[in-house]
Amino acid sequence: MSGMRDRVKAEMPKVGRRRAVGDATRHHFHTRRKQWAKMTEEGRLQPLRDWAKAVKDQALNNNQQVVAKFQQSVEALGGHVHFAATAADCVRQVVEIATQHGAKLVVKSKSMATEEIHLNPALEAAGVETVETDLGEYIVQLAGEPPIHIVGPALHLTRYDVAELFEKELGEPMSTDPEALTAVARRVLRDKFLNADVGITGANAGIAETGTVVLFTNEGNGRMVTSLPRVMITVMGMEKVIGTWADFEPVLTLLPRSATGQNMTVYVSAVTGPRREGELDGPEELHVIVMDAGRSKLLGTEYQEALRCFRCGACLNCCPVFRQLGGHAYGTTYGGPIGITITPLMKGFVEHADLLDACSLCGACTEACAMQIPLHHLIRDLKAERAASAYTSGWERLLFRVWSWAWSSAGRFRWTGKLARLLAKPYTQDGYLTWHPGPLAAWGAERDFPAPAARSLRERWADLEREVNP
Amino acid sequence: MRVSFFATCLVDMFFPDIGESAIRVLRRLDCQVDFPMGQTCCGQPAWNSGFRAESERMAEAVIRAFAGSEYVVAPSGSCAGMIRTVYPALFEGRPELQAQARALAAKTYELTEFLVKVLRVDLRERGAHFDGKVAYHQSCHMTRELGVVAEPYQLLDQVQGVIRHDLERPDLCCGFGGTFSVKQPELSVAMLEDKLSDLDASGADILVGADPACMMHMKGRMRRLGKSQKVIHLAQLLEMATRPGRGEAKP
Repeated sequence: MSGMRDRVKAEMPKVGRRRAVGDATRHHFHTRRKQWAKMTEEGRLQPLRDWAKAVKDQALNNNQQVVAKFQQSVEALGGHVHFAATAADCVRQVVEIATQHGAKLVVKSKSMATEEIHLNPALEAAGVETVETDLGEYIVQLAGEPPIHIVGPALHLTRYDVAELFEKELGEPMSTDPEALTAVARRVLRDKFLNADVGITGANAGIAETGTVVLFTNEGNGRMVTSLPRVMITVMGMEKVIGTWADFEPVLTLLPRSATGQNMTVYVSAVTGPRREGELDGPEELHVIVMDAGRSKLLGTEYQEALRCFRCGACLNCCPVFRQLGGHAYGTTYGGPIGITITPLMKGFVEHADLLDACSLCGACTEACAMQIPLHHLIRDLKAERAASAYTSGWERLLFRVWSWAWSSAGRFRWTGKLARLLAKPYTQDGYLTWHPGPLAAWGAERDFPAPAARSLRERWADLEREVNP
Repeated sequence: MRVSFFATCLVDMFFPDIGESAIRVLRRLDCQVDFPMGQTCCGQPAWNSGFRAESERMAEAVIRAFAGSEYVVAPSGSCAGMIRTVYPALFEGRPELQAQARALAAKTYELTEFLVKVLRVDLRERGAHFDGKVAYHQSCHMTRELGVVAEPYQLLDQVQGVIRHDLERPDLCCGFGGTFSVKQPELSVAMLEDKLSDLDASGADILVGADPACMMHMKGRMRRLGKSQKVIHLAQLLEMATRPGRGEAKP
């Protein structure tokens, strides 16, 4: 796998996509900010955030009990709950359930958890046609790409891109009208819904007291996936389970407002057990797979806070780095601040250590996070773990060690300052360097770097003191 | 009032003019200023890169240097923020140093914050005057770690002749981020370009900052591109605005 810097360099020339990502994230950023300003004025933003945090912390602190209660409730309704320790376990279980039922066609509602475990290729390999039904997910699936943003999977593609894609993949006559494009997708997907054997969903929350899986969608596709196919499988991260419906209220209120600025998601679907006698729709068989896949490593540590995340994407929308890139350049399922926090934690530093460099520690994410996850502080703490690990070069370590030795004494500080000035002198013009050696090369490619001043402030102090303290 | 000036390494070595301006402003506002020679660098680059022990070592030197000070004032939001928000936690498990770190944190201020909150200046009373169309860049750590946002605007509003041309997103990162600027230079510059577009759109002639590191970054690109706007520290603007016999002052 290539490094973060290489992926960034590969992404930079894709100007059109980057502009689309920038425009979309800026739009979501402003709608959320407007929504938040209104709620602040009404005096209810902070109380809601505190409530949501408290609810989620309590559920995470008692994760085992809450998940056990959820299992009990689902099973009491005749559903099945499975546990998956790893991503591979989870994939295997889903494929098993699907193939046991002789499934030929699976429809899916939007789910980052199934993206995380790369479920679709595994189902396809088992001979099961797998169709995403969220419009954005459907588009990126046709394009053969992963989602670029956890809320807006295709926000990097314009309607012209989509028109081209539909023409190529679906043989549809070219139209760049968004409504016409949506109608095409609706027609194609309607047929899939009606013929699917299995519906697969993620979960925005699991409610332990009633054994309910809750889905937020804006298109109604979640309803179709959970009501038409005979078998339903939900893949849910273990951190998604909360205790009660009362606990759900702050999540219900905050999630759409933080994600898109909407007061309310268009569809909130709550699936409580399989179809009961006398009911007209709903799955005959319901499976919920509660997935760990590295999440439990965060429980009980300072990083547990990151598990409060309800995937609203606000940290992506405000992140000045994400806005430049979109999610693909991160090379992970989750990009942006939350991605660079949880990915190394769940999957380890191997291949993911340099994600931490895709952050200027500006703190915009921490400010934007509805769940009050101190994202940039966690990223900094992860950097401290990296600095103490084999994923930091000996050179970097040596550089910081020597530098801190030099500058932890005023005498050495003065001496190194003079040395720097002396070394820079032949390469100084108008107060700026004309040559950028070593780590400065990366700076100097597109920016000028100042030369040390001819007299430092401490050298000027004697004169200055005579002037200001006569 | 006795004020110890914490220049910060960048100002001491690279931008002493900013330090001189800040010291002169403090003096004009009736502060007795000293410059403890034991001061070095707050250690922030090491801390932000995850090198805790290294930042601790530098923090110790800074704590010692300002042990006898009444107030400590720094012309940098991120360095003042380092002392205030990080130092006390840095010495967890070393009670004696932690107590000193807490004491230092309690008396350390970023310059504009000090002028507004401690000195409670009203520059209008002092006839401050500076003509210019000014945009102010907030700097991330000053905004989000230290929480100093309103003060610089308040001071700018007290200077007659200043016409504020606020940026659309004064709080958006300029792309500096310490080692980020050299570890991800392409990203860093792309972020900087957004900042400079914002500046161009604002119509300001002067970009004012209160954190020399961000200023160095922005100016470094602007100089390379040959842009016409000037970049100055708020201390420099205030110094010109309060200069005795001012009028001919040019940034």
